[in-house]
Amino acid sequence: MSALPWLVALPLLAGIATFVLPERSRAPVGLAFSLPVLALSLWVLARVAGGDTSPHVLGGWAAPLGILLIVDGAAAGMLVLTALVSTACACHAARYLRGKTANAHFWPLLWFMWAALNGIWLSGDLFNLYVGIELLGLAAVGLVALAGQAEALAAAMRYLLAALLGSLAYLIGVALIYASLGSLALPDLAIASFDGNGRVTIAVALTLMTIGLMLKTALFPLHAWLPPAHGGALSPVSALLSALVIKASFFILLRLWLALSPDAVPLALAWLLGVLGAGAVFWGGWMAWRQTRLKQLVAYSTVAQIGYLFLFFPLATTTVDAAARLAWDGMMLMLLSHALAKAGMFLAAGNLILAVGSAQIAHLAGVSRFRPLSLLSFGVAGVSLMGLPPSGGFAAKWLLLQSALASGQWIWIVVLVLGGLLAAAYIFKVFRHAFVEGPKRDHFESPPLALELSALTLALASLVLGLAAHHPLEWLRIASPFGGAG
Amino acid sequence: MSTFNTLLPPLVVCTSLLAALGIFLLKEHRHGLRTVFNLSAAVLKLALVTWMAIGVLGEVKYEFRYTLLTGVDFVLRADALGIMFTGLSSVLWLFTTIYAIGYLENAPNRSRFFGFFSLCVASTVGIALSGNLLTFFLFYELLTLSTYPLVVHRGTEKALRAGRTYLAYTLGGGAVLLLGVAILYAIAGEIEFAAGTALRHLDASWHPLLMVAFALLVFGLGVKAALLPLHGWLPTAMVAPAPVSALLHAVAVVKAGAFGIVRVVYDVFGIDFAYQLGLLQPLAWLACATILYGSVRALAQTDLKRRLAFSTVSQVSYVVLGTALFGPVGTVGGLVHLLHQGLMKITLFFCAGNYAETLGVHRIDELDGAGRRMPATSLAFTLGAFGMIGVPPLAGFVTKWYLGIGALDAGMGWVIIVLVASSLLNAAYFLPILYRIWFSEQRAPWPDEHFRDRRDTHPWLLLPALTTAGLSVAAGLLAGMPSSPLYWAEVVVLREYIP
Repeated sequence: MSALPWLVALPLLAGIATFVLPERSRAPVGLAFSLPVLALSLWVLARVAGGDTSPHVLGGWAAPLGILLIVDGAAAGMLVLTALVSTACACHAARYLRGKTANAHFWPLLWFMWAALNGIWLSGDLFNLYVGIELLGLAAVGLVALAGQAEALAAAMRYLLAALLGSLAYLIGVALIYASLGSLALPDLAIASFDGNGRVTIAVALTLMTIGLMLKTALFPLHAWLPPAHGGALSPVSALLSALVIKASFFILLRLWLALSPDAVPLALAWLLGVLGAGAVFWGGWMAWRQTRLKQLVAYSTVAQIGYLFLFFPLATTTVDAAARLAWDGMMLMLLSHALAKAGMFLAAGNLILAVGSAQIAHLAGVSRFRPLSLLSFGVAGVSLMGLPPSGGFAAKWLLLQSALASGQWIWIVVLVLGGLLAAAYIFKVFRHAFVEGPKRDHFESPPLALELSALTLALASLVLGLAAHHPLEWLRIASPFGGAG
Repeated sequence: MSTFNTLLPPLVVCTSLLAALGIFLLKEHRHGLRTVFNLSAAVLKLALVTWMAIGVLGEVKYEFRYTLLTGVDFVLRADALGIMFTGLSSVLWLFTTIYAIGYLENAPNRSRFFGFFSLCVASTVGIALSGNLLTFFLFYELLTLSTYPLVVHRGTEKALRAGRTYLAYTLGGGAVLLLGVAILYAIAGEIEFAAGTALRHLDASWHPLLMVAFALLVFGLGVKAALLPLHGWLPTAMVAPAPVSALLHAVAVVKAGAFGIVRVVYDVFGIDFAYQLGLLQPLAWLACATILYGSVRALAQTDLKRRLAFSTVSQVSYVVLGTALFGPVGTVGGLVHLLHQGLMKITLFFCAGNYAETLGVHRIDELDGAGRRMPATSLAFTLGAFGMIGVPPLAGFVTKWYLGIGALDAGMGWVIIVLVASSLLNAAYFLPILYRIWFSEQRAPWPDEHFRDRRDTHPWLLLPALTTAGLSVAAGLLAGMPSSPLYWAEVVVLREYIP
């Protein structure tokens, strides 16, 4: 599909444009660029849904020399998700950052991040994925540092360190694979057969790359960098990071595992990822419940929710085809609905903090009475995170439950059910404080309507996804190993 | 099937959903417009439900179906049982709305209150009209979410603590229910509410797992139905405003649990298959234990609303008991109590709210002489209490009569002893209240008297109580007439359970 390069080029162009233009025109230009990219993303999804999954070779050079752009249902879905969440966050940021010094730097960074993300969704070889994740990491660190306070800068430094370490581990794995196969294109990986030495090399490479990507995705126990970075950033930045950036490294992990033939993937490693995912659900949920600051609570919730995604790896190793497909569906839906819900929740949390003028959860008393809309967005997003119906989070959890039942891996049921209850505990903790009718306080700042609406839109989208998941799931399956040829 | 008939069930759910949205969007001080929204939605819903009820009697099919996920549909369907519960909800919603408007006059946060109130009714109606187990679960959880803000409405430390207890119970129960639902779907695919057709043909090797699933479902539903070890949230939730208590107890929450158990026994497993698996006997024991336990605990309460709460624990289990009795007569007894208990208990809670709002009376020993100050409220309370005790020919008697005969039919004669004991206990905790109201002299000035210039209390508070009391009397007196609760219960049984 010849439109694919534009999905990377256009954001790069926007990044450069917002970088060279004078500061006061950056926001309008940055915002204006989001519309054509959104439209193009939707168009690509429509083409993919129509059955067109032809790859694009940049400049006519074939693999292994050229740059291969591939598109399947999952990539198209991620393109649209990125466009939706980024557009909503850009709308929020345009108002939120007005008159702040961060405004000047936010727009170029946002667009470089967007370009990197789109590059990752579309890349067809391991080296380009590396380039994408490096650019993404740098843009994300820059975005975290925008908050400007000492705490945020320290968090950004830690984040930078984690991101670099992760890329390094990934790069070593890439080198090992190249030495062993002579190609880095994902389609070549799929048909390669391994024996003796090659098998060991590939196992070492896979392990290294997995660890690097785990670190970047902040999978428990490598999550320590995430809560300060996501919790300390500016609200629209937190939303982008939690919704999209960590999903990119997860997506690469997914690409890698699915590209390798099943006998090259050690079963124990898959189970280990599942167990760590379970650990993330419990530890993240517990830590979220213990937080006293609102955005830190939401950040730890991200740590917990990432865990569900990793349940896919053991579930997909099952020999029952139906169960593997359910796992794929559930994982993809969880990814989408978490992105929408978490972005909505971070924006809503930012609005609540604006309204009460404090980041402490305990200071929310009375806010339900005077700023119900911000609280409503927070709650609607919370429904999806708790996995209660009707929401995308529920549908995803239902699919994962069915997959666990069908494959006989009953242990994950416990994780899914208890994880939801833990999420309820920390989300209702916020409500408990918001409903207090204690000290008579009747002066609250009023967040501008644009901020309220962008939060509400994202939160509602996560809810609607639960009611309208049937067709999106069919699209996401296109050209994946889980049926649905197009 | 015409489009209108397809769209009618979602339309009925949407009337309160749209009312909720409208109310949320209104500014706090738009009281007039909010009242218009509230009442017109309630009346419109009642009209639509009446239309549908007539259609259902004439065997018209109302079904709305939509694919949610592969192999999982969202189904809203009006069958006789569903319409019965929908009818109850929409009638009582109308009266509770009127009552709440009067009760919350000059109170803060009314926009939030009425918004969630409408959302709560939308979920209840969704529960009633669900056509399969997953749709039921969807609305069942929505009900939990929409009632939480009502329970903590007052925002006091006590209310928030009650809210936490409420959530711990209901969300925990919801998780268990989800597990049961997921297991059934994994075994048998889509579980339509259709007299157990999905499960009865399964291989016998599945039976142990089916029994586990049944236990999980009953546990999950038992939390809301306040079955014996799971009833703890109900008395605690009494800190909520009176209309909420009325709603929780008579219509929405506990009934959703009891209704769910009815659905599981009759429509998911099928009564004869459940009997064959030996699931009914333990359920009957559990129900009887809850009936007696609730009554005994009610006896010891000194707070009026708490006594009523434990009485609810006891009375809702009559519905479960009727379900567990194998045979059509027992079923009629259980189903009819779904409606009877609703009418009687909502009357009692309205009256308790009136005493609290008008006289500031919360404790039973403060009620001395209240009958002279508030004769109309006291009359309504007396009718409700006599109904609960089961004095012929009031509604409670009809229930107990059918349950007794049903127990004999099912060969469980011992149930009659439970019924008699429970009636005696009911009398023991209601009659002293009535004695205080009517025959004791007022001993001390009322703790916090309002409406001094009125003979009784505010008409918005009084009229709903009198109307529901009247309806509960009519349900007993006119039990033999068409469209009485008993008539509907018989229609349900004839149509669905006796092939």
